[in-house]
Amino acid sequence: MELDTKDDEYMYSGHVGCPGCGAAIAMRFTLKALGAKTIVVLPACCWSIIAGPYPQSTLKVPVIHSAFETGGAVASGVRAALDVKGDTETTVVTWAGDGGTFDIGFQALSGAVERNEDFIYVCYDNEAYMNTGVQRSSSTPYGAWTTTTPGQDWKKMRKKNIVEALVAHRIPYAATANIAFPEDLVRKVQKAKALKGSKFIHVYASCPTGWRIPSEMSVKIARMAVQTNIFPLYEVENGNKYTINYKPKEYLVREYFKLQGRFRHLTDRDLDQIQEMVNEDWEVLLRKAAERV
Amino acid sequence: MKRVIEGSHAVAEAVRLAGVQVISAYPITPQTHIVELLSEYCASGIMDARFLRVESEHSALAALIGAQSCGVRTFTATSSQGLALMHELLHWTSGARLPIVMAEVNRALAPGWNIWTDQTDSLAQRDTGWIQLYCEDGQEVLDSMLQAYRLAERVYLPVMVVLDAFYLSHTYEPVDVPAEADVDRFLPRYEPRFQVDTENPCAFGQLVPPGFYMKMRQNIAMAMDEALVRFDQIQEEFYGIFQRRYGPVEAISCNDAEIILVTSGTATSTCRLVLRKLRDRGEKVGILKMKLFRPFPVAMVRKATSRAKKIAVIDRNFSFGASGIFAQELRAALCNTPGRPPVFGYIAGIGGLDITMELLEEIYWKTKEAAYPENESVWMGV
Ligand SMILES: Cc1ncc(C[n+]2csc(CCOP(=O)(O)OP(=O)(O)O)c2C)c(N)n1
Ligand code: SF4
Ligand SMILES: [Mg+2]
Repeated sequence: MELDTKDDEYMYSGHVGCPGCGAAIAMRFTLKALGAKTIVVLPACCWSIIAGPYPQSTLKVPVIHSAFETGGAVASGVRAALDVKGDTETTVVTWAGDGGTFDIGFQALSGAVERNEDFIYVCYDNEAYMNTGVQRSSSTPYGAWTTTTPGQDWKKMRKKNIVEALVAHRIPYAATANIAFPEDLVRKVQKAKALKGSKFIHVYASCPTGWRIPSEMSVKIARMAVQTNIFPLYEVENGNKYTINYKPKEYLVREYFKLQGRFRHLTDRDLDQIQEMVNEDWEVLLRKAAERV
Repeated sequence: MKRVIEGSHAVAEAVRLAGVQVISAYPITPQTHIVELLSEYCASGIMDARFLRVESEHSALAALIGAQSCGVRTFTATSSQGLALMHELLHWTSGARLPIVMAEVNRALAPGWNIWTDQTDSLAQRDTGWIQLYCEDGQEVLDSMLQAYRLAERVYLPVMVVLDAFYLSHTYEPVDVPAEADVDRFLPRYEPRFQVDTENPCAFGQLVPPGFYMKMRQNIAMAMDEALVRFDQIQEEFYGIFQRRYGPVEAISCNDAEIILVTSGTATSTCRLVLRKLRDRGEKVGILKMKLFRPFPVAMVRKATSRAKKIAVIDRNFSFGASGIFAQELRAALCNTPGRPPVFGYIAGIGGLDITMELLEEIYWKTKEAAYPENESVWMGV
């Protein structure tokens, strides 16, 4: 499939992400969609490292590295400064991990989108704190091993539904995206760029290192997350208009789980239970999409 | 033009006159009057600025870090719990060399809840790389705010202008509010040395290896030293236009003083009256008013106290397990000088307790009677 982007690259090769890093793929396509007139606000996360040490930079757009929990607030300030300078062209993007979004940065994010600040907030989701060595976050899925949920203490809480939390703020645009579906990702980023106000994009970004998967499986597993309904692709406009972008083949979640070291300890009974949870979430989403058309 | 205004409004008038472009703040007593007036100025178009009503002090400073990185003049105000919440980003601001200016209203930290004046909130931030200016009255607040922008934008360090809760923030006094044209002469438009620019994409605040990191920290130390020099130059320029100036310290009758009372904030005004009374009785007393706390004006402190027999520091703050913070700094400044006078530490006015003339007199007599301080700190009025 042809991508609707120029051939321009805004990421240099030779960055220091792990082989197969989904977060790196996510950034590459996002910047292709946004172009050079972009300022990236980058709270602490794996990308703080991938972006390169002084005096180098992985990106060809300006990056403001920022404190872990400040993604929403720093971007608000950048936007305000651009506004007073009369710069209406430049897009402000916060680029944060799941920890910086679901957990420590949630307050600043909620504040920024409640004010409907004109920016795009991208959360690349690798389902744990990877920068610090794979600790659980509120995005870590039910059943996962992390270094803070080891052994039989694997995570027993379900993943926070961050998109619904953002939808509850009635922002102009909230969407999920996935590195295995780049054309969908690019379209959503471009759509977000064209809209005024706060836009939120939740990008599934597999992490070979933290998930205990081979690097070459990174994109395959990302695709399976959509095909199993574990991570449906959808978008929500103005807090009420739901569109599901992809009708999955409905693979069993078991196949997705079996490929990943982080789920190795789960029994068949656990996996059946997880299948039920996934079905339930999918039903809820279908209802929302149907009710509101 | 002279107007009778609150200390808080002296801050707001200075922010208006400085042509600040982005304001971000979160309300906390006793800072609220500052941001309320600025909100009105922005709403009515008197000020052409963006005002971000963020959801916390942490976000207030984070937003300014974003805005200031894009090369605009910014302002926030806070107090006590709010300043404590900002702590992480106070380090960030100076590390990123952003000339942000903040008004900080000294208020006690909880628990128990206490909204009255106490300097521990700002002094506890002494190692964050912010320049700190303490003020005695409304005029000094307004003037210090304007000077703060000059200083910050000269040395690329953030400045905190500090004023006492209520005794200064909510007290009406005649203040000369200067004309815009005069302020423009003193404080021209902000021309940033560096800023985020899509035409020249750079990374700000990225990962930095130890060698570079240490060099960058040394640069901050050097900028602090430079601030001391620039402070005096800026005072001279300010004097040239407004006929007012302030020293990093003000030495009052210190030349022949045997005992010097060291004060800061509004307690200085009360102390001036005590000085007059004691001098009338022939007591050889002086006052050293501390204005600039960071960078600490070591040489000026040494010079002003060089002839004194004893020094009595009045601290409206406390570092638990140590002593009053100004007293600590004074001791540190004097410890390498020959024949240094003993430093008596007095803790007074904590949690907003009034520092009266009687109390200051008592401090003087206690100091005169004792040959040497028995304790690092004497708690007064409790
Ligand atoms: C206030 C604060 N607490 C903790 C940290 C340490 N820290 C840095 S990145 C990080 C985890 C980031 O996780 P996430 O946002 O999911 O991004 P990822 O590393 O997984 O890409 C943590 C805990 C910090 N920088 N600041
Ligand atoms: S730990 Fe995971 S997210 Fe981080 S760089 Fe490696 S693969 Fe990417
Ligand atoms: Mg993560």
